[in-house]
Amino acid sequence: MGWLTKPASDTQVTHRDRLWLYIVATIIMLLLVIPTFIVIPMSFSDSQYLEFPPSNWSVRWYDEYFGSSKWMRATVTSLQIGVLTMLVATPLGTAAAYALFVSGHRAARAVFMFLITPMIVPVILIAIGTFYAFGRVGLNNTITGLVLAHTVLAAPLVMIVITASLRTYDLNQELVARSLGASRLKAFFAITLPQIKFSVLTAALLSFLTSFDEVIVAIFVSGGVNATLTKHMFAALRDYIDPTIAAISTIMVLVSSVLLLATQFIGNRDK
Amino acid sequence: MAARQYFSRGALILANDSNQSAQASTALPIHIRDLTKRYGQMYALDSVDLEIKSGEFLTLLGPSGSGKTTLLMAIAGFNRPDAGSIRFGDTEMILTPPHKRDVGMVFQSYALFPHMSVTENVAFPLKLRKVSPAECAERVAEALATVQLSEFGERGIDQLSGGQRQRVALARAFVFGPRILLMDEPLSALDKKLREHMQIELKHLHEKLGVTTVYVTHDQREALTMSDRIAVINDGRLAQVDTPHVIYNQPANAFVADFIGESTMLPLSGDSAGRLMFADQVVTTEAATDAAADHLLVVRPERLFVLRGETVDPEKTIAFDGTVREFVFQGETAFALVAVDDRHELSVRFSTDSASSQNELQPGDRVSLGLHREDVITIPDNA
Repeated sequence: MGWLTKPASDTQVTHRDRLWLYIVATIIMLLLVIPTFIVIPMSFSDSQYLEFPPSNWSVRWYDEYFGSSKWMRATVTSLQIGVLTMLVATPLGTAAAYALFVSGHRAARAVFMFLITPMIVPVILIAIGTFYAFGRVGLNNTITGLVLAHTVLAAPLVMIVITASLRTYDLNQELVARSLGASRLKAFFAITLPQIKFSVLTAALLSFLTSFDEVIVAIFVSGGVNATLTKHMFAALRDYIDPTIAAISTIMVLVSSVLLLATQFIGNRDK
Repeated sequence: MAARQYFSRGALILANDSNQSAQASTALPIHIRDLTKRYGQMYALDSVDLEIKSGEFLTLLGPSGSGKTTLLMAIAGFNRPDAGSIRFGDTEMILTPPHKRDVGMVFQSYALFPHMSVTENVAFPLKLRKVSPAECAERVAEALATVQLSEFGERGIDQLSGGQRQRVALARAFVFGPRILLMDEPLSALDKKLREHMQIELKHLHEKLGVTTVYVTHDQREALTMSDRIAVINDGRLAQVDTPHVIYNQPANAFVADFIGESTMLPLSGDSAGRLMFADQVVTTEAATDAAADHLLVVRPERLFVLRGETVDPEKTIAFDGTVREFVFQGETAFALVAVDDRHELSVRFSTDSASSQNELQPGDRVSLGLHREDVITIPDNA
């Protein structure tokens, strides 16, 4: 146990002094993660019902998922909406973040706060509001409608990620580029964008995830042939308990984890 | 002379691009008239008139917040003045966006593009001008040679030292043969030794390129070292525009006298004959034209010398008697504060060479200080 007495930092705090911290941190991490990971063994159960721990192992619920045209269509819808949300929210959020960051206008901060309110307002309120608004213009149960609603949720994330990366970026580079003969647009695309590209990529992945994981707004404004995977899962949970949900959840956890890890990995590459 | 020739070529290309008559010289004069820029109630620039001659190295010198950077940015096109005119040669530029002004610019932060190599950085303005790849390579090579970085083209920006980055920024700013070069405190991030070295190098570069250069600094020594002329700016107004020699030896007002170099200022009063007096010392033997107005005597500390009992010719030398308050050895010079009366102290700077090492003074010593009449500077006291 020699490492216990070794200093853990420059201030000579030993690992032994920090033991309590490690334990607390581990407990917190487990509390956060176990509810998510408990579905993984459940999804490999042979039982008709959600069962933990499973008494018999099987991949029948994965067969069920991949073999069901209902689930497959919902998955395609979710992917479609996720990708479209990403394609709309990323440029919009990036442009907004850039404009507000560069303008230096007195109102810029207020506008920024206004644009990120979807992160603060309870999603259920956004869902109800969107449902009524879309009802008037006929956007409920359409791909367009859900993409718009998800863009409202995803754009704030994009703005926060892009603003953070602009903070460490020397905007004088754009001034130089312009003095050297580049228009503003050219300066942005030739000089600024290449240097924040990994943040833009991170923001894009986060917008995809925001849409792909989203359930509350989807319950309200998606339906029929355009119902998302999450909406179907929620309906399935309510109507009949079926381990297919656990199988789908496992796949979604996998997809989300991979994408989140990717954003972590990518996000640190600017600079 | 190679650089010169290649610059003329750059100028021709640019002149053709902008459909202007080809010019023999790359340099353009800048005419600034009545330039005013307000931020709220504050005047960053207050009716500034400035003529910058073709090929001149002009420094805008002033304390922070004086408006020097605002003026530079107005010339570059990054802020739009509320009133006035900026002409490059005969062309009004006030509404021209920065990327159409053909102005090379060097920033304090260098602002090199970190995602490009040295060569790509320098080639950037040429690529924007659609210069052919072969000529682009040639001109980049020439520019890098001019700043002595020929071997560094393939390097990344993070592999360069501060001084090397500065040179890349310079090469990038002049490679496309701009008619005007603007620099915003380009050396302030360098350490003192490198800064002094780069000052000389910049001066040489300017001589070689012959391009009209506007340089912003708050460092008066830098301004005195490098400039053909200095425009001293304060509170959005030009306090004085002249050669370093005149700025130092004949400051036009108290601000310039105080800001440039060290100085002590003594209040003067006119006597019945119109001569300016400090106490019972006659400071100007000629009658001042405006003796009724308040005047100040500006004394440069290094122009004072200790009188050792020798008789002085009052026609040539003014003598101040006083008491040493402070004496500080500072290496190549020594510094003393001498009280000449209850309210006024003169700063004195001595050389510490072996011949004058006996100048060592003790606080409390009575001392007599001489000032040659040709070193007398009087300015009106507007304060």
